Amino acid sequence: MKQSQFESRHQPQWQAFAEHLKQLEQGKAKDVADFPHQYRRLCQHLAMAQERGYSSYLVDPLQQLALRGHQQLYRHRSQLAANILGFVLAGFPRLVREQWRFVLIASLLFFGSLVGIALLVYLFPDLIYSIVSPRQVAEMQGMYDPAASRLGRAAERASSEDWMMFGYYVMHNIGIAFQTFAAGLLFGLGSVFFLIFNGLVIGAVSGHLTEIGYGQTFWSFVIGHGAFELTAIALAGAAGLQLGWALIAPGHLTRGEALRLAAHKSVQMLCGVMVFLVIAAFIEAYWSSTTGISPWVKYAVGAALWLAVAAYLGLAGRNRHAPE
Amino acid sequence: MPSAPLDTRYQIETPEGIDLPLRPAGLVPRVLAFAFDLGVRGVVMGVLLVPLALLGNIGIGIGSLLLFLISWWYMVLFEVLNQGCSPGKQVMGLRVVQDDGTPIGWSASLIRNLLRFVDMLPFGYFLGAISCLQHPHFKRLGDVAAGTLVIYRELPLARPKVPEAPALRLPFALDLNEQRAILGFAERQAELSNERVHELASILASPLQVSPARAVEQLNGVARGLLGPT
Repeated sequence: MKQSQFESRHQPQWQAFAEHLKQLEQGKAKDVADFPHQYRRLCQHLAMAQERGYSSYLVDPLQQLALRGHQQLYRHRSQLAANILGFVLAGFPRLVREQWRFVLIASLLFFGSLVGIALLVYLFPDLIYSIVSPRQVAEMQGMYDPAASRLGRAAERASSEDWMMFGYYVMHNIGIAFQTFAAGLLFGLGSVFFLIFNGLVIGAVSGHLTEIGYGQTFWSFVIGHGAFELTAIALAGAAGLQLGWALIAPGHLTRGEALRLAAHKSVQMLCGVMVFLVIAAFIEAYWSSTTGISPWVKYAVGAALWLAVAAYLGLAGRNRHAPE
Repeated sequence: MPSAPLDTRYQIETPEGIDLPLRPAGLVPRVLAFAFDLGVRGVVMGVLLVPLALLGNIGIGIGSLLLFLISWWYMVLFEVLNQGCSPGKQVMGLRVVQDDGTPIGWSASLIRNLLRFVDMLPFGYFLGAISCLQHPHFKRLGDVAAGTLVIYRELPLARPKVPEAPALRLPFALDLNEQRAILGFAERQAELSNERVHELASILASPLQVSPARAVEQLNGVARGLLGPT
């Protein structure tokens, strides 16, 4: 068949297909049942046009139409958005348990440096100044001074400030978690650095505040949201280590392919981390900072939250038929 | 099969068994697109933060949530919800797709944009630029990890008119590439200077058994013959 006959015979079909595509791309299409059929017919026409040596000004527009059709017809179904509830109830804890090696290493690095330096600073108080600048130390002391009425990053806070602090915590903490994760791409070294660095700063401050006698205000403040916040940072580090490990030991895959697979796993972990951090920010802004409640209640609630996090990560989703 | 064309095209094979060529975008258009996005974000932040600052503490809270959203989610939201185009990419005629040509999803977009942090190290997108320049499909590290590709968006083509000439049939058979070359010659004549058209056509004068002066007309006639009656 000559090119112009072929063209005049099928032109109306291509125009109809282009019209349909335009509607789909703008998200306004109503009747899509016929679309796959139209698309496959177009692919057939394209293959014929190529095979018969028709001119590139006929083949190229058909190719563009096929490409746009391909974009509309085939999609990667995103496991996260598709089933948020299943992910929160079972998928996330399962993922954490599946990656227990990385979680263990990240936790050892983070909590190890945190506890270690806290003890050291408690025993040798001057050590704090080689980790945290004197100005920041003074700031921290001002914040957790038992004489202050409300706690948090500012000494005196009105209740409208809870909102401000919520926003600040979300931005600041998730930013740190993202950094800890992303830096793992440098063969895991970046994640190791951020885990130890954050562990050192947090540990040094807590050791110092305990040592100067502000322990009561400090610990009762941090214990509640710490359950979510500290776990989340360790998990973000674990996700980053996973990326780094894919580059160090890709197994029988190429490094690029191993990285791609590891990234898909670890980004899911990171989504769980984000949920944790939003919860932490909420607790930190609205619960941790209140001072009307006795410290012992706060300790009890804090301990319950730590247990809840541990139970959630350790036990949720064990059942094969978990809600999905 | 002639040797692979000397260009950067990236072929994907669809389940229907056809090959679709994608054209990956290089460093410069991507840098320009990013610069544009940076500018847009700067302006949006500036415009929104001024009234929020007047609201006091609640304003600061909303402002920092906004800052978080814009600095970490701007690219992700646009890429997923706007057919793979952030405003900068839209202006530069680019889009992001998965390696197999399908639209980018949430997890891939999140990976490529979170790992932007590493591409920016140690300063000014140094690692990203190196990775982009040495990769056959211009991927930065985030693209490698996410399995994504930045390509040029397809632009609509204007169909040129084939010059009028009486349709001809050659006494010998043409193979597919020869057919395509002759059609291409006829269709793209308007883009070339007259001298060049004659120069190209005269190469074929002896196989066509005409004088070099008549070769153009002869070729146009053959192209007409290949197209068939209109």
